[in-house]
Amino acid sequence: MSNRRFVTVEGNEATAYIAHLCNEVMAIYPITPSSSLGEMPDEWASKGRKNILGVVPDVVEMQSEAGAAGAVHGSLQAGALTSTFTASQGLLLMIPNMFKIAGELTSTVFHVTARTIATHALSIFGDHSDVMAVRNTGWALLASSSVQESQDLALIAYAATLESRIPFLHFYDGFRISHEVNLIEQLTEEDVRAMLDPEMIRAHRLRAMNPERPVLRGTAQNPDVFFQAREACNPFYQRCPAIVQKVMDRFAALTGRHYHLFDYYGAPDADRVIVIMSSGCGVVEETVDKLNSEGQKVGLVKVRLYRPFDGRVFVQSLPPTVQTIAAMDRTKEPGSLGEPMYLDVVAALTEYWAEHAPGKPMPRVIGGRYGLSSKEFTPAMAAGIFAEMAKPAPKRHFTVGIVDDVTHLSIEYDPNFSTEAADVTRAVFFGLGADGTVSSVRNTCKIVGENTPLYAQAYFVYDSRKAGSLTTSHLRISPRPIRGSYLVSRANFVACHQFVFLDRIEMLSMAEPGAIFLLNSPFGPEEVWDHLPVEVQQQIIDKKLRFYVVDAYRVAREAQLGVRINTIMQTCFFKLSGVLPLEDAIKHIKEGIVQTYGKKGGGVIVERNFAAVDRAIDALAEVPVPKNVTSTKRRVLPVPETAPPFVKDVLGKMIANQGDDLPVSALPVDGTFPTGTTQYEKRSIAQDIPIWDPAICTQCGFCALVCPHASIRLKVYPPEVLKGAPAGFKSTAWRGKEYPGWLFTVQVAPDDCTGCGLCVEACPARDKQVAKHKAVDMLPKLEHLDRERLCWDFFLRIPEVDRSTVKIDTIKGSQLLQPLFEFSGACAGCGETPYVKLITQLFGDRMMIANATGCSSIYGGNLPCTPYCTNSQGHGPTWSNSLFEDAAEFGFGFRLAVDQQIRYCHELLKGLSGLLGDELVRALIECKQENELEIEEQRRRVAELKRRLAQIDHEDARNLLASADYLIRRSIWSFGGDGWAYDIGFGGLDHVLASGRDINILVMDTEVYSNTGGQSSKSTPRGAVAKFAASGKPSRKKDLGLMAISYGNVFVGQIALGANPLHALRTTIAAESYRGPSLLIALSHCIGWGIDIVTGLEQQKEAVACGAWPLYHYDPRDKEKPFHLDSKPPKGSFKDFALKQARFAILARSKPERAEELFAMAQEDIYERWRIYEMLAEMKGTDGRMQRLAAMAAETTGSPKEEVEA
Amino acid sequence: MSVDLSTKYLGFSLANPIVVAACTLSQKVDNVRRLEAAGASAVVLYSLFEEQITHEQVELARVHEFGTDSFAEALTYFPEADDYQVGPESYLRHIEQVKQAVRIPIIASLNGVSRGGWIRYARLMQDAGADALELNVYFIAADCDMTGAEVEQQYLELVQAVAESVSIPLAVKIGAQFSSPGNMAKRLVEAGAKGLVLFNRFLQPDINLEALQVCPHLELSTPFESLLPLRWIAILRGRVDCSLALTSGVHTPQELIKGLLVGADVTMIASVLYRKGPGEIVRLLDGLRQWMIDNEYESVEQMKGSMSQCKCPDPAAFERGNYMKALVSYTGQPI
Repeated sequence: MSNRRFVTVEGNEATAYIAHLCNEVMAIYPITPSSSLGEMPDEWASKGRKNILGVVPDVVEMQSEAGAAGAVHGSLQAGALTSTFTASQGLLLMIPNMFKIAGELTSTVFHVTARTIATHALSIFGDHSDVMAVRNTGWALLASSSVQESQDLALIAYAATLESRIPFLHFYDGFRISHEVNLIEQLTEEDVRAMLDPEMIRAHRLRAMNPERPVLRGTAQNPDVFFQAREACNPFYQRCPAIVQKVMDRFAALTGRHYHLFDYYGAPDADRVIVIMSSGCGVVEETVDKLNSEGQKVGLVKVRLYRPFDGRVFVQSLPPTVQTIAAMDRTKEPGSLGEPMYLDVVAALTEYWAEHAPGKPMPRVIGGRYGLSSKEFTPAMAAGIFAEMAKPAPKRHFTVGIVDDVTHLSIEYDPNFSTEAADVTRAVFFGLGADGTVSSVRNTCKIVGENTPLYAQAYFVYDSRKAGSLTTSHLRISPRPIRGSYLVSRANFVACHQFVFLDRIEMLSMAEPGAIFLLNSPFGPEEVWDHLPVEVQQQIIDKKLRFYVVDAYRVAREAQLGVRINTIMQTCFFKLSGVLPLEDAIKHIKEGIVQTYGKKGGGVIVERNFAAVDRAIDALAEVPVPKNVTSTKRRVLPVPETAPPFVKDVLGKMIANQGDDLPVSALPVDGTFPTGTTQYEKRSIAQDIPIWDPAICTQCGFCALVCPHASIRLKVYPPEVLKGAPAGFKSTAWRGKEYPGWLFTVQVAPDDCTGCGLCVEACPARDKQVAKHKAVDMLPKLEHLDRERLCWDFFLRIPEVDRSTVKIDTIKGSQLLQPLFEFSGACAGCGETPYVKLITQLFGDRMMIANATGCSSIYGGNLPCTPYCTNSQGHGPTWSNSLFEDAAEFGFGFRLAVDQQIRYCHELLKGLSGLLGDELVRALIECKQENELEIEEQRRRVAELKRRLAQIDHEDARNLLASADYLIRRSIWSFGGDGWAYDIGFGGLDHVLASGRDINILVMDTEVYSNTGGQSSKSTPRGAVAKFAASGKPSRKKDLGLMAISYGNVFVGQIALGANPLHALRTTIAAESYRGPSLLIALSHCIGWGIDIVTGLEQQKEAVACGAWPLYHYDPRDKEKPFHLDSKPPKGSFKDFALKQARFAILARSKPERAEELFAMAQEDIYERWRIYEMLAEMKGTDGRMQRLAAMAAETTGSPKEEVEA
Repeated sequence: MSVDLSTKYLGFSLANPIVVAACTLSQKVDNVRRLEAAGASAVVLYSLFEEQITHEQVELARVHEFGTDSFAEALTYFPEADDYQVGPESYLRHIEQVKQAVRIPIIASLNGVSRGGWIRYARLMQDAGADALELNVYFIAADCDMTGAEVEQQYLELVQAVAESVSIPLAVKIGAQFSSPGNMAKRLVEAGAKGLVLFNRFLQPDINLEALQVCPHLELSTPFESLLPLRWIAILRGRVDCSLALTSGVHTPQELIKGLLVGADVTMIASVLYRKGPGEIVRLLDGLRQWMIDNEYESVEQMKGSMSQCKCPDPAAFERGNYMKALVSYTGQPI
């Protein structure tokens, strides 16, 4: 059709576009990298975009993927065209329903952004382990290998499922395709209509459950018939491949793009053929072209319909000349004879080769694994596979892309092999998350793709840390379609958008000789050279790079754009690369600016960006490159020379972006890593750091308490410790009575501070003469760095205070305890991490943590460096993440094991008491370990026990020695966010709370799914805008605390560190001390609130003051009055509070009337909840009335009726 | 005896001299309707703050960009709406709605900071149907190197630019803090102002003693505050060729009457409406009417300016400084 448009989109948008048109219901749940697949239809639906049937699809967020699959199953059974989107663990949660849906021969398409399943570690990146895990569900598996195909095959899947009645799982590589931006021809609505036969849609409806003509499904069958009934579906599977091909043919007639179940590409007389699916296809295709042009005979089979696997058609797709086949799997099946694709290829050849090529010997098949967790798969690797295949005895099972020095399965390849053509612009941009680099490259890709005859592809690599994160943007511009989905490694344009990166990141190794190097530099062309590290100067000279600078931050400042330099750097790219005439480029950049900001009423932003664009060219200058290296400054080492070997040799390489070079032997076999490694990675990302003034400090400890990164700390110590202190090390007399004559210091870790400023916000001490001067002030880091580094190093050497002497229930006392969670990669100013840090200060030396997947598992456990650490005795939290949904159960399992081990130890102790001494045994068994002193005594006893046991030659003694550590009281915790506790993990959480066992649960409640980008949870307050609640959340926040209180034996505390730190501290201590289940619900500000993060503490205060977040604790030990309402009655209006946060204010700007209505209801929620709490506070805990009331109140909250009315 | 309360302001014939000053009461169409019903002869709508629009646009862009494209799992945090009402659009729509709801003249009010913004928004207000425009000029010369003359020049250029860009009458609301307010008034009229509104009550910063922070503060006016504009209207009446409006401190018929006597064409009220509601307009007008009857005035036109500096028995009294007043007051002599 002539009216098709060419659009530049990501794979997910291309797919979501089709899904929106083809469905009536979509039940969704966020999971990376498929979240945006659901978000887009949700947003489109909220704006009234219709499907091809002329109705707006109903997009519904569920509590988990299991819930989404159930809802989809139900919707399908009731006759609606229904879909969902997921990946990885999410897909696994759908498996039970997938079996049912297939077993009932129900037409549907699930779109899956194929992602690694967590094994020894979680990974958000792409491979086929999830898709392969569902291949026995009876679903058709259809693979797209490019952004264009992610649209085309999505539609083909819908047409095929309706005709075949087999449900389809349409998938493509997570990130590599889901997030790749590429130019595609967009299908029209007419195309979609033309492909979907209305008769088939009607047939789908007729199969639905309908009381007018009732049927019964889901029977229970017995051995007599189940087997036969299971075989009854066979004809549908037999017909399916032909139906898919028929649909593909119809699609070809419509669009000219002809797909086949297996597409062969390459020499018709190839001797070697690679079989592969999804994004690897483009890579191999490029390689095939190059090798064949050099005289080789190679080919490629692109597998599109992987299930049902039509062996005959597969074999027919092979050239009869083929001698060796490499079946490539992007998954690992440990212990199998080979990965799935390998086995399928072998089986197909065995069955059909003879009929395909009579008399010819069956080709040799080897199987290879590649690209797990989005590991790069490049033409060089593909060429390496072809080279391996040419060997007389190739490895039958191999890996490519890694160095396996353990089992020696990896094959070698020449990394210099490249298929990149000279006329392709290959650019790499190094930026910061905040500077807009990614958006500028995305926009450049769009400009080129949609306004020139050229093709463009963009792909982005992000940091695993959230604060100060590095982004690397890879851009290709070509006169031909771009098929290869792999990173740019030979760039003819390298841009460094942050000057400081030069000191830390190796970036010019990827520059080709003669490439352009563009640097955002505060130094002009005359002076910049001397500020470059030696390595950078050398590379510029050696490679004869054309070197340009622009002071983009100055231009941005002059244009009042703050730190956003995207349009400035984008303009410079167009000027230097010459991919299109500058005037045209500027026109398109400005159109892009209007498109981005115009709809936000952003006339001012548009004007400012226009000004920045106009000034950018003038600010750009070429740097005359000297002939010699002049610098004396070298690039900073990733970790200090003094770091432990593992940190230096393994983690250090990962920090330096050289993790790909690590061999298999370098890595732990079971995913076990040492703790406390963030201390070695000095990221030094702050511009300003807090500097302490002892003269006005009140020693309150608030600064250290609220610091999300444990980078400002307190110590108290005797004066003699100061011997050898560096010049400028500050101290003052300790003000308390506990340590007479001692000194006190507040010290910043200057290279670990993120510069968030929360410490200064929290500091109550102002100078009497200069009110802006506080006891800590944010001051320019560079002016203080040298001194503070020395001071920090000295500070670390000061011994920690004896825990048993500290008043831990005071803020100041708690902050004298060593944090055993430090320098995490959480967002600067994170509202969650202060709770984690505080808990590790209080109990860290004996903690076990079960962490739900989410922000806290990412900042808690994402490599390269992890923040949980140990004290000087080597004790500290031991941490693990199981799944998103099961952190409560996982922690519960810890409890069960620990309790059992304690019982076992007690039994052994009693048995050995004669040898160990009665007194020691009795003390070990009877010690309650209620406080630090008792715990310290128990530690001493256990040490003594071990000493004695070591001298006893007895099996029980050896067993007790192995388990003796359990005798030290453990503090068992489950950590997670509201997405876990309120939604996906609620069932397990509820069960664990009901168990009565001693487990502590910390819910860091940001009131939104923070880690996956701001989707609504059941904790999201009414009226807040979030993804999946684009028009403001209509229902009220669930009252998780009340639900827990209804059990009567659960300690519940609702706390807000920013509002009432002492309450938070004491409630936490009380919760941990309770020998039953404890639930702490901790208000955690988040960038998902749309606030200036430095105001996070203030926002918490206001939330408490207006009653949106009442503070309370329910202590079952207090029989008289267990419920304590710990904050004052609501004061001020919810609306006034809400309008200070963008999540609410956006609604007031976009839908003012709805905002008014929801804010009024939210105000009523506050009053109603307060009345209930007041009643609870008046009631006794012993007669059960309170629990009944709590249960009733909890049931009332968030009733569906309100949602309808809203 | 019937009296004629009608007056002229910015070329409009108004039923009486009570105009509602720019304030948040006019944010709701129903309120404007109630004010008209209570007798207000014109309404100055609440101010459109250019600075605020700019701020909102910048903040909205920032919110949508903050934290984005940094972390692979959370590339954005908020859904995008189709339309955000952070530009002047909602204000312009409000003008249209108010114009449809009432018959009295509607004066749009613009509080701006940049030349571009003034002109753009002034035109949009005119196009939306505003009968007249009130420019609320407020510039804090915090730069100690900036001279008074430079500040004045900036004001004049802005007024001239707006006056040239719109065809509806333009009133300018100024503060009293010029070295020579009379001269400034004259030059503003020369620059194109058809009316002057005396004086602006500025939002002043206050100190929060608990937090030791500076915070904005606005208090409702008191009758005492009417004395300053009273003096300057008295001085200006007859000396500048434009409409004069007295604003600040009109709470009782007394301030209203005094304002008219010294030469105000209208008096503007807001604080009294917040305190006592729209019904107070009726009482103010009743008080005016009764005073006119008692003192045998036939019309407001007759009253207007009869006590201006040009026409009052003791013109020097308007020029005396406070010390004179204090000395005289001390001896018990009337001014």
